[in-house]
Amino acid sequence: MIRIILILILIIVSFISVFVGVKDISIFDIHRLDQDELLVMLVSRLPRMISVLIAGVGMSISGLIVQQISMNKFVSPTTMGTLDACKMGILFSMILFPGGGMMYKMILSFSIALLASVIFLKISSKIKMRNIIFIPLVGIVFGNILSAISTFFAYKTNLVQNMEGWLIGDFSSIIKGNYEILYLGVPIVILSYLYANKFTIVGLGEDTASSLGLNHKRITYLGLVFVSITSTVVVLTAGVITFLGLIIPNIVSLMFGDNLKKTVSYTALIGAIFLMICDIISRLLIAPYEIPIGLTVSIIGGMIFLILIFKRAKNV
Amino acid sequence: MIEVKNVSKMYGEKMILNDVSVSFPKGKITCLVGGNGTGKSTLLSIISRLVAKDSGLINLLDKDIVNFKNRDFAKRLSILKQANHPNVRLTVKELVEFGRFPHSQGRMNALDKEKVLESIAFMGLTDIQDQYIDELSGGQRQRTFLAMVLAQDTEYILLDEPLNNLDMKHSVEIMKILRVLADDYGKTIIIVVHDINYASSYADYIAAVKDHKIIHFGLTDDIIREDIMKEVFDIDMTIVDNCNNKVCIYFK
Repeated sequence: MIRIILILILIIVSFISVFVGVKDISIFDIHRLDQDELLVMLVSRLPRMISVLIAGVGMSISGLIVQQISMNKFVSPTTMGTLDACKMGILFSMILFPGGGMMYKMILSFSIALLASVIFLKISSKIKMRNIIFIPLVGIVFGNILSAISTFFAYKTNLVQNMEGWLIGDFSSIIKGNYEILYLGVPIVILSYLYANKFTIVGLGEDTASSLGLNHKRITYLGLVFVSITSTVVVLTAGVITFLGLIIPNIVSLMFGDNLKKTVSYTALIGAIFLMICDIISRLLIAPYEIPIGLTVSIIGGMIFLILIFKRAKNV
Repeated sequence: MIEVKNVSKMYGEKMILNDVSVSFPKGKITCLVGGNGTGKSTLLSIISRLVAKDSGLINLLDKDIVNFKNRDFAKRLSILKQANHPNVRLTVKELVEFGRFPHSQGRMNALDKEKVLESIAFMGLTDIQDQYIDELSGGQRQRTFLAMVLAQDTEYILLDEPLNNLDMKHSVEIMKILRVLADDYGKTIIIVVHDINYASSYADYIAAVKDHKIIHFGLTDDIIREDIMKEVFDIDMTIVDNCNNKVCIYFK
């Protein structure tokens, strides 16, 4: 029932999203679009809507998966350095293979993201103090180190401005032809759903998982691969969207629990709705200009995150 | 049955288990007793493949445990470690259902569902089966994890201090349930307990661990002796007979 309501909301906001923008296209004109308007629709509006949809779903589910793997509700691609590693990968591919296309960027970005995620997990398992706030703090520091290294090389190679481009998530430059790589996120979402039970068991800890006959290591690494692919394609097309992977799974966990078989779909839907609404706000506030969506998400998400910290820290 | 042959384990320079050999009889309850840090828990972890041994051999049903596939092993042997369970938001029923995972791989049939309900009822959790476990008391949560192990329905059940967090009433209940599982269902149960009187009252066999070795193993009646207790626990005990059931008195 709730699922149906969420799907309806998502359809409505997606619909609104398509009709918001610099060129004024009214919902009531949908049956008689002229050549120009149709072009805007197909080249800009629809791709944008689809990419917000996939990014919202992908980042939220990534957050959900890493929270299971690390058994910590405050870990997410933002707070474990994965997104900083993606940026680093893109930068390095620009330095090393200046003429190389999307493929180079993707492979390098994915590899570094995966490596960084594994390193983070190793570090956090070594930390004796299993304080739930401490672990993501380590992740943020780790991410900042990666970011600083990237900035250093960006200065050396005059790519700082370029780097700013994907520092803050922004969907304004998405048009037909440059966002299709995001579709790689779709099979990952489906796989996440198929592996939902196994991710739930991983969240019960290594001993319990092994006792239930699960190869804990394999599922952990598989999860990190999922997360690294999703993060890479989102950063490559839209840029860094912080907090999404953190707050959406937390809201869902508080409302619907931690049984992923049940919550993967809620996480996906609420993530998409949230990002879609943020995108619409970003486009409306200072129209005809727009605010980068990463900023909107950070402000709204940051506030929700603080509320969650107080709520969760009280319980633990 | 489970045979442990010459198993040793070191953590760095620290000796945990020193050339331990023991075989746990089938269909019986064996209690591991001994002081803290003697290696009881590690022995359970090694038998259940959670921790790798340095040397030695462990056979389950005459087959080396390292040769089992994960899933097959999980259908035969389950372990519940000490009570530092994570605070996940699963309902009692959802968690217990995961006990069927080795059998069902997530697709539960009628038998699986029946086992789940049976285990929940066995642990007296039917009334709270739809509550989230992070909202339960420590004892209720402990019983939920025990119900999950029951649902796994393995021939061998290893429990590491399952009575932690439980009040006396529930501790006794758990031990009675284990007795039923051994007597009526033929389960082989190995359990670490700290209170010697739970062992003396409910165990068939006792393995006494000291200085990283099993120094005594035998029928409960043969082990509960003042000289052995003094040797194992390093405290003086008076043993009294309470209706054919020996009770150790160690309070002064």
